[in-house]
Amino acid sequence: MDFKQWEGFNKAGEWTKEIDVRGFIQSNYTPYEGDSKFLVGATEKTKKLWNEVLDLYKKERENGGVLDADCKTPSSINAYDAGYINKELEEIVGLQTDAPLKRAIMPNGGIRIVEKSAESYGFKVDPETEYIYHNLRKTHNDGVFEVYTPDIRAARSSHLLTGLPDGYGRGRIIGDYRRVALYGVDRLIEEKKLELDILNTDEFTEEIIRNREEVSDQIKALNDLKAMAAKYGFDISQPASNAKEAIQWLYFGYLGAVKDQNGAAMSLGRTSTFLDIYIERDLKNGTITEEYAQELIDQFIIKLRLVRFLRAPEYNSLFSGDPVWVTESIGGMGIDGRTLVTKNSFRVLHTLDNLGPAPEPNLTVLWSNNLPKGFKDYCADISIRTSSIQYENDDLMRITLGDDYGIACCVSAMRIGKQMQFFGARANLAKTLLYAINGGRDENSGKQVAPKFEPITSEYLNYDEVMEKFDQMMEYVAKIYIKALNAIHYMHDKYSYEALEMALHDRDEDILRTMACGVAGLSVVADSLSAIKYAKVKVIRDETGLAVDYQVEGDFPKYGNDDDRVDEIAVNVVKSFMRKLQKHHTYRHSKHTLSILTITSNVVYGKNTGNTPDGRRAGEPFGPGANPLHGRDANGALAVMNTIAKLPYEYSEDGISFTFSITPAALGKDEETKINNLVSMLDGYFKQTGHHINVNVFNRELLLDAMDHPENYPQLTIRVSGYAVNFIKLTREQQLDVINRTIHERI
Amino acid sequence: MAEQVNKNITAKIHSFESFGAVDGPGIRFVVFFQGCSLRCKYCHNRDTWPINAGMEYNADELIAKINRYKNYFTVSGGGVTLSGGEPLLQQDFLLELLPKLKKLGIHIAIDTSGSFPITDKIKKIIELADLFLLDIKCINDDICKDLVGVSNKLELEFAKYLSDIGKDVWIRQVLVPGITDNKEDLLKLKEFISNLSNVKKIEILAYHDLGKFKWENLGCNYELEDVPNATTEDVARAKKILGI
Repeated sequence: MDFKQWEGFNKAGEWTKEIDVRGFIQSNYTPYEGDSKFLVGATEKTKKLWNEVLDLYKKERENGGVLDADCKTPSSINAYDAGYINKELEEIVGLQTDAPLKRAIMPNGGIRIVEKSAESYGFKVDPETEYIYHNLRKTHNDGVFEVYTPDIRAARSSHLLTGLPDGYGRGRIIGDYRRVALYGVDRLIEEKKLELDILNTDEFTEEIIRNREEVSDQIKALNDLKAMAAKYGFDISQPASNAKEAIQWLYFGYLGAVKDQNGAAMSLGRTSTFLDIYIERDLKNGTITEEYAQELIDQFIIKLRLVRFLRAPEYNSLFSGDPVWVTESIGGMGIDGRTLVTKNSFRVLHTLDNLGPAPEPNLTVLWSNNLPKGFKDYCADISIRTSSIQYENDDLMRITLGDDYGIACCVSAMRIGKQMQFFGARANLAKTLLYAINGGRDENSGKQVAPKFEPITSEYLNYDEVMEKFDQMMEYVAKIYIKALNAIHYMHDKYSYEALEMALHDRDEDILRTMACGVAGLSVVADSLSAIKYAKVKVIRDETGLAVDYQVEGDFPKYGNDDDRVDEIAVNVVKSFMRKLQKHHTYRHSKHTLSILTITSNVVYGKNTGNTPDGRRAGEPFGPGANPLHGRDANGALAVMNTIAKLPYEYSEDGISFTFSITPAALGKDEETKINNLVSMLDGYFKQTGHHINVNVFNRELLLDAMDHPENYPQLTIRVSGYAVNFIKLTREQQLDVINRTIHERI
Repeated sequence: MAEQVNKNITAKIHSFESFGAVDGPGIRFVVFFQGCSLRCKYCHNRDTWPINAGMEYNADELIAKINRYKNYFTVSGGGVTLSGGEPLLQQDFLLELLPKLKKLGIHIAIDTSGSFPITDKIKKIIELADLFLLDIKCINDDICKDLVGVSNKLELEFAKYLSDIGKDVWIRQVLVPGITDNKEDLLKLKEFISNLSNVKKIEILAYHDLGKFKWENLGCNYELEDVPNATTEDVARAKKILGI
């Protein structure tokens, strides 16, 4: 194939013959090894537009968190008329509904959740829509609960399994939105028609039939996408012909996805370097300036900052602050040794200066020791000033994922357009340990949740006995966990299939699907087992014999201090749980993976978990992700990093999240030293095979003041486990959790 | 042949900070030694004073700990900082530890008051270290005696010795409002420093009362109760006087 829009591109490689975005990038991008001096500020137009958005934000806050919602029209790719903020100021157009910050409903996931979400913000779903979804159209949520078994229900209601995507969209699928810009939609439809033809087989099996239905849905979604773009006056059937169109086409692809799906995480992928190729071509042709290039990027980012979903309050307690996880992965190295950093990698980060800090898009730097120094320094500088960036280890991930992967949500790496995941929330391992001690009874309710077996009856806990029972209990949890996930994802595919996102993927047979399990409470388990092993733990039981509290006598090694005695325990728990998961058959033969990530749900998991043998009190939050429990780390930041870097990525390929906070003064005395120290810290951590780190640089006093005077901090952004959040949008409980966390400082 | 290890010599250690970014160049692993003979009224680590407390480590155990942070040192140009308390109170241990650190190529900084006579042992330790963070308590000896309990005579001699042999030093002055901030004294300090050949950096550390709670926890009276924290302006003024 050849298109006039490709004029000036290097056509070497397969990308003109096959859908091959990576090939296009490799043949055409310009690595940038310089510093940030070329960057320019926001244009007047952008500033005006952004001020209008800030006004809308204010109204949204004053309105209780939701500005407006259309509770009649079930959203889909082309359900709405075109919408604008201020058409004259907008270089990049397109909104989820017909007005900015107006939220849409997506009842295919579940009508009751939509009703609850609407009601909690003072809206009411239209009766006709309610009627349809209660009587005529079955939802994902209905399907799941019809097949859930009593053991799954029990584990769910006792919070042994929490946050399962059975009542909300699973998300974490990244469409390759770049394909829309590079090939135009018609070419993509043509490709999907070829796939459909391959599925015209003699053996018309259940699997083939399902795949044919899905590909047909994908083709329909692509046609809808064209129609949606046409409402904005664009014909995206053909490739984009310049930088502005490339950004616009790509954004339309993404916009279609967020009109279609209210997924827990709706990530963007890895687009900056791709777009740089178009910008470079225009700059070279003299058709645009650096000012205009930055304007396009600023305006693209403004659009991404406007993405909203209507969600229930329960969802907010799991993932607070209205996150969307518009994760954009930036930087990294190519497998040929050239850096994938381009000028546009800088431009995207520079939006944090031009527009001020913000939690979205979730800017994720793929860090390699070989990244150019200018880029490393710039990232560190931005981190210190905005606390808005997270970092993930490109040197580690590139080994298995190549150089065209992106991060979905927080830490889940996947090859763009070639891999997707079945998001599985997480199992509460701390509770699992308590169940092991209590013979399957819940420590709070006393109910028999897991199958009854002999509880521990001794006065003091014996390490070997606890380990044996913990092992058995993990077997049980792994089994029902996979059962639940299989049910969820079967039904999600059936009733809420992500047709557009999957249309921007390769042929089904070539897609790697992962079953992304997760654990919460790892540090609590490690410390508890360490206390049992190295100190003496006395059990306190109530009159029914239920262990309800523990007394620790003596000191014990604590997770987070680079002490192998306890860190090894954590490593072994991860490996052991993963092996137990692997014993079970997964839906669509997906590959088992595991994350050590809680997002902000460490608070809610802790709330529902009783006293633990490490001395943690009932209801207290767990450490977020792979972090140690608050206050247990006594040897400074690098000791924590060394501990977390020991957790085996090979057993937790869905990501190991570490959230790090430090005061500006503890990072160094002057700006240059601070930057050098942060860069060195990141280099060191990733060299030790750490996977992910959120970097926060702030003083506790600042956060306390923001709690009291939220109106003064509309854009205060902090990193929590795997994403960034507007601090003032957190619940009070979560704000306190952030403040009580270790903020590394030196007095 | 394996090196002879003298497991009998152990150090009393108060605590560790694996990410020290303000005690020497680059990222430092800071070892806080237990025990101090000075009685600085502003001390923010009051709990390090008693000599017979803390954790016990022999040199190899300590080195194994330090060595785990090598990835961070090498990229940042950092190393280990021996602080306290007063590290030079445990000289025999340092003579055991320092050669081993040197052998591993780890940059060594010693954070000390320098209130020690220049003995052979001290000379040897100075030779093995790469950098001294020398805390000049106060150039005015009357104030010095009142503030920290000893004369500044030894520490000034210590500074001169470091200068004579050309050992790198960072001079530190804690700025305590109303006590160590008067102009004449700062000018005298400036003059003293100008006669040293080896000063790589002069740091003004602003006095703060964040360590007060440690005194209270130990049931001790905090004498500087009424002294305000040094402000950024105070520091700027002192820097101006010192010409830095």
